[in-house]
Amino acid sequence: MGKARVKVPKTAKAGDIITIKTLIKHKMESGNRKDKKTGKKIPRHIIDKFTAKYNGEVFFSSDWEGGVSANPYCAFTCRVDKSGDFEFTWHDEKGEVTTAKASITVS
Amino acid sequence: MSTKNAYMDTIGRKLAALAAGFLLTAGLAASTAALAGDKSKYEVDGRKSGYLYSNPETQAIEDDDFANGGMLWVEKGAELWKKVDGKAGKSCASCHGDAEKSMKGVYTVYPKYVKKLGKLENLEQRINRCRTEKMKAKPWKWDKDNLLAMATYIGYLSRGMPMNVKIDGPAAPFFEKGKEFFFKRRGQLDMSCKHCHIDNAGKHIRADLLSEGRGGGAFPAYRLKWQKVGSLHRRFKGCNKNIRAQPYKQGADEYVNLELFVKWRSRGLPVEVPAVRR
Amino acid sequence: MNHVKIKVMDRRTFLIGAGVSAATLAGLSTIASATPEEAAAFIAKITGGKKPTEGGMKLEMPEIAENGATVPVKVSADTPQTDKDYCKSITIIATKNPYPRLCAFHFTPRSGKAFASIRVRMATTQEVMAVAEMSDGSFRIARTTVKVTIGGCGG
Repeated sequence: MGKARVKVPKTAKAGDIITIKTLIKHKMESGNRKDKKTGKKIPRHIIDKFTAKYNGEVFFSSDWEGGVSANPYCAFTCRVDKSGDFEFTWHDEKGEVTTAKASITVS
Repeated sequence: MSTKNAYMDTIGRKLAALAAGFLLTAGLAASTAALAGDKSKYEVDGRKSGYLYSNPETQAIEDDDFANGGMLWVEKGAELWKKVDGKAGKSCASCHGDAEKSMKGVYTVYPKYVKKLGKLENLEQRINRCRTEKMKAKPWKWDKDNLLAMATYIGYLSRGMPMNVKIDGPAAPFFEKGKEFFFKRRGQLDMSCKHCHIDNAGKHIRADLLSEGRGGGAFPAYRLKWQKVGSLHRRFKGCNKNIRAQPYKQGADEYVNLELFVKWRSRGLPVEVPAVRR
Repeated sequence: MNHVKIKVMDRRTFLIGAGVSAATLAGLSTIASATPEEAAAFIAKITGGKKPTEGGMKLEMPEIAENGATVPVKVSADTPQTDKDYCKSITIIATKNPYPRLCAFHFTPRSGKAFASIRVRMATTQEVMAVAEMSDGSFRIARTTVKVTIGGCGG
């Protein structure tokens, strides 16, 4: 799995609903494609779980299948009430885990 | 009917059939541009970037660096810039320092004539020559992550700057060759670049809206079809395959010359790397 | 000789024309949708047999996807997303895909909104459905048709 890109606003007001955007490099090999040279199916290898935490609390998660495009983009929202940290985790089927962090100042 | 007339008649019918195919679902570039509104920077002296031939949904991906998958390659390029590689123990930064200063505008002038080589050299080739000559490192392979990342990063550092390749002086004969390539019929469909990208730009071929073939400031671009970043030469190969012509390899002289012509056709248009295209 | 030459070119002319028009028609005018039974079976799997109500949520996708490999999706449910009334999850289904379930989003009141955006692969022109599970145990459904053109330029 490659590196992730995450956009979280640096500041917000208590009660704001902020939008978070995430992007990660991954082929999301669906298992349906054939190798052009050998004619054999390329084994499935995808990220199947994404989790987003705010101050330790899971507020959004997503299950992905082979139908999610390569280099997955995912945007979602969070209601913030105090300054703190975000943690985003991508799990792929081979047990690889990528984590990205961000923090926000809430006034 | 004389032999000549019969032949001419056939040609005429052939063209009519082709034209009918192209025009089946006609859309106008003009309306695309009108809808674009504040997208005026993508049109210079009537020359329109492929951006204006994209759906609003695709444009929105290019407009947002956190939706644009190409930015993953930009980040990787920035990392590689500082990475020591090869027997000389150098990184790109060892010679060129801060890329944000030294590489600004570099993308806009490639391909350019290199006296030592006696021909044109494009950005990917220049990167690899730095690697082999200065870093004593292995050249990177075309359309693999490392070369794509570095070319995309260097392109990105010129984002918004106008394309400005040099076509006179020693570059002139190579420009002429590229121009000749653009206008020459090839492949089983017996078509040249201009049949789609000049004669029928703004019309649909099947469901694809034909652009003006001014991708000079766009590549390496993130294509929805590829689901990744790819080089302009990969795009040329795709076009050549579509008209059932034998494609050249990425980095072939023919494609570098064509690249100069296409980048000249894109003169003044802003660098969009990494652009997002269908 | 001339006669033969003309015949060959005629056939080719025909093939080019026919190929282009047939492909255009195939790409734009046929809307492949799952049979009502197939679609119902998928929905039932998610809802546990409960019948979802139409509306109360939004599924946004381009009418014509520029390429089936990367199709943007935006989905949302109209909820206050409070502890008492919130959307628990939304599942996206494309019944004509080899694996119809594309993805599922799980929300909490902390999400603030039941909103998510992602990009998916679509095998062919079809109806896409989004099924939302609400905190009171009810289900909602939204549908949209996306035209996916086969092939496309530049291999």
